[in-house]
Order: sequence, then structure tokens, then C-alpha cells
Amino acid sequence: MWKWLHPYANPEVSYHFIGKLLPWLAKITMTLLAIGMVWALVFAPADYQQGDSFRIFYIHVPTAILSMSIYLAMASAAFCSLVWQFRLADASAAAMAPVGAVITAIALFTGAAWGKPMWGTWWIWDARLTSELVLLFLYLGVIALHNAFEDKNLAGKAAGILSLVGVVNIPIIKYSVEWWNTLHQGATVSKMSAPSMSMEMFWPFVICFLAIAMLVTFVISIRFRTEILARNSMRPWVRELITAEGIK
Amino acid sequence: MKTDHNLSYKSAFSLIIKRDLTIAFRHRDDIINPLLFFIIVVTLFPLGIGPESTTLARIAPGIIWVAALLSTLLSLDRLFKSDHEDGSLEQMMLSPHPIFILVLAKIIAHWLVTGLPLIFIAPLLAVLLHLNENSYGALMLTLLLGTPVLSLLGAIGVALTVGIKKGGVLLSLLVLPLYIPILIFATSAIDTAAMNLPYSGQLAIIAALFFGSLTLAPFAVSAALKVSTN
Repeated sequence: MWKWLHPYANPEVSYHFIGKLLPWLAKITMTLLAIGMVWALVFAPADYQQGDSFRIFYIHVPTAILSMSIYLAMASAAFCSLVWQFRLADASAAAMAPVGAVITAIALFTGAAWGKPMWGTWWIWDARLTSELVLLFLYLGVIALHNAFEDKNLAGKAAGILSLVGVVNIPIIKYSVEWWNTLHQGATVSKMSAPSMSMEMFWPFVICFLAIAMLVTFVISIRFRTEILARNSMRPWVRELITAEGIK
Repeated sequence: MKTDHNLSYKSAFSLIIKRDLTIAFRHRDDIINPLLFFIIVVTLFPLGIGPESTTLARIAPGIIWVAALLSTLLSLDRLFKSDHEDGSLEQMMLSPHPIFILVLAKIIAHWLVTGLPLIFIAPLLAVLLHLNENSYGALMLTLLLGTPVLSLLGAIGVALTVGIKKGGVLLSLLVLPLYIPILIFATSAIDTAAMNLPYSGQLAIIAALFFGSLTLAPFAVSAALKVSTN
């Protein structure tokens, strides 16, 4: 596997490789988004209790799931860069942090918008909501630390250590918040643990999830390429690229 | 200082603690100011919320703990900053001893001058806030086990930001989310104690957090210091 992977440790190779992937990613993302959103927002049956407002579920749940997966991916990249000194892993972690923060913010925002008609309030100090908010803080900390350093290599290392510390802390925070909430509030009915949904609602959800996951991959790829260029701006191949493409 | 080149781990550890304590006692303001901050923050709450003793008793654990978090945060800057500025931090990192030991010694010294005074002053403030009488034991125990965790986790944040010019605000952004579990368990232990229920569960978790961070945080701190001193 290493033999197959090692050419991509070269920034130039992976820059061009992702450049080739991007149009495909764009097409897949657009198709999935179009199918998923139309299916979910127009054709999927309305919930028998929540009516049409349940449709925000098709955006809320994928973003909520992805918000955590992106953090895990970022921390794994940070781990690789700290242990094996992969420069590109640093660049990918840097590319993922802001996307993850935005996805987390979307999950929180759609959650609030869903909570208003359903629970009658924009925000409750429910365990899931709180831990998602803390996740957003962790993302913002990583981004802020990244911006605080002039030297991008140092910034990547420092932010990497922080995101690893965050990964150790996320389960602790999650369980502590759950316990805190159950101690204070008693049983709160969680919408997420509702009985498993019907297939007519499940398939559009799968499509929506894949669509948003692909969208995230697409955006991260673009950011990753830019990070590679920014970090290698003094290399000959980047200069050639500039002279070939011209400065726009 | 001795010129013994074969300093044992133990003597290196105690040397660093002694050195840091000496420095701290020569700059007494650094010890007293966070403590004053702690007291003033706690006295602001009754003024803002109103003097009803039932309300104050209800929120007292939260106030004391949040104030403890903030005053620890205020004092964290001192942990590595001056050593970084005068270059002694780099000298320590160049020494043949594992950074783990040096970092642990520095953190313990920091706790001795900032965490320990908080524990002594906390019961007095609890009286001002009409804390339930059953809760004093829980308050002391959670502070005793919890404030070292604050120093240990905070040290990670300081080590990451020590090379940055305006690290102060950034430090709080990095560290405060990590303090959430300790805040939750400590205040819930004190609340449980106020209801005369056993709070050993919460205390056990705080102890687990303490030992977990005692063993893991110095590694993160030394990795972060390597990045910061470069």
C-alpha cells in the first residue's frame, strides 16, 4: 500500500491528482445535491406529527454527523503529520478546520430552526446541543491558533497538538454534558432516538447525506490545493504553473 | 545551583520546583493578584443578582468554580512566559532530563502558588454566598482534586501560545472548552452534597480526570513547547 501511496506525498503530484478529481467531484456533488434536495424537500412524505418542518432533518442530521467526522479526520491528519512529519497531512488538516466549523455552525443553526417549531424554543441546554456547541468552540480554537502563527509549519504543528487534545476531550465532554443534563432536567425526549424511520424517508436521507459529504469533500479538496500552493509558493513547479497559467 | 552533571530525575524535579517557588515568592503580586481577582469576581455576583440567600446558595458552587477557572486562566500566562522570554525555557529543554519531568515540576509549582491559595480562600467566599452547610466538604475536595487539572490542562494551552505575541485572549479560547467537564462534575458534586446525597461518584470522576491529565498532559505540553520554542 505504501508503494501505491508514496507518490502522493509529493505536493506536486497530489496537487495535479486532485486537480483531475475536482471536475468529477463537482459533477457527483451537483447530481447528488439536486436529486437529494428535490427528493427530500418535495417528494418525501411529510412526518405525521411534525408535518413539513421535519424536512430540515435532511440537512440537519447529515451536517451534525459530518461535523464530528470532519473533526476526527482533521485529528487523524494532525496525528499523521506529528508522528510521521507528513507535510501534506498538515495542509489537509488546515484545509479541514474551517469547513468543519462551518458545517458545525450549520448543524447548530438548522437545529435551532427546527427546535423553534418543534420544542417551542430556539435553544435548550440539551446534552447534544451543548456538546455540538463545544465542538464549534474547539474548531474555532484550532482555527484561531492556526492564524496566530506566522510560520505555517509551526501553525500546523501547534493546531495539530490542540486538535489531538480535543479528540481526547470530546468523549469526556460529551459524557459529562449528558450526565449534567440528566441530573438537572430529568428525561428530555430526544428527537433523535425516535423509532426508526420508514424507507420512504430513509433513502432521501441517504442521498442527502452522501450529497453533503461529497460537497464537503469537494470544498476541502479545493482548500487543500490552495494550501499546497500557498505552502510551496517558492518551489519551481509552482512558479512554472504561474507562468503557464498567468496571474489572474 | 549545583554543577553536578548526573543530576537524578528526582533532584532535577525538586530543583525546578524550588526555583519556580523562589521566583514566585519574589514576585508576590503574581500570587496575590489572581487571588484578589477570584475574590472580586465572586463578590460581583451577589451585587448583580441580588442578595436573596436562597438564590445565592443555589448558584454558589457555579460562581465559585467559574471564578476559580477564570483566575487560574489569568495566572496561567506566568507558567512559561517569563522563562520563554529570558531564554531559560530553552536551556531547560536542552538539558539531558526528560522534558516530561521538568514540565510536571513547573506545573506543580504553578499549582502550589495559584491553586492552593484558592482552596484556602474558597470556604470564606462560600460563607459570603450562603453555601449550604453540607457542601463545604464537597467544595474543598472538588477544589483540591480539580484545580490541579485546571493547571495541567491550562499548561497545554500556554505551551501552545507562549511564542505568540498576543496569546492572552487566544489562550482562553483554547483552554476554556477543555475545562467544561471539570466544571460540570465539580458543581454537580457540590449540589449533590447540598441535598445530603453521596457525591463519591462525581469525586471519583474528577479524580480520574486528575490522574488522566497528570499522566497525559505533560506529554502534550512538552510537544507543544517543542513547537513553540522551535
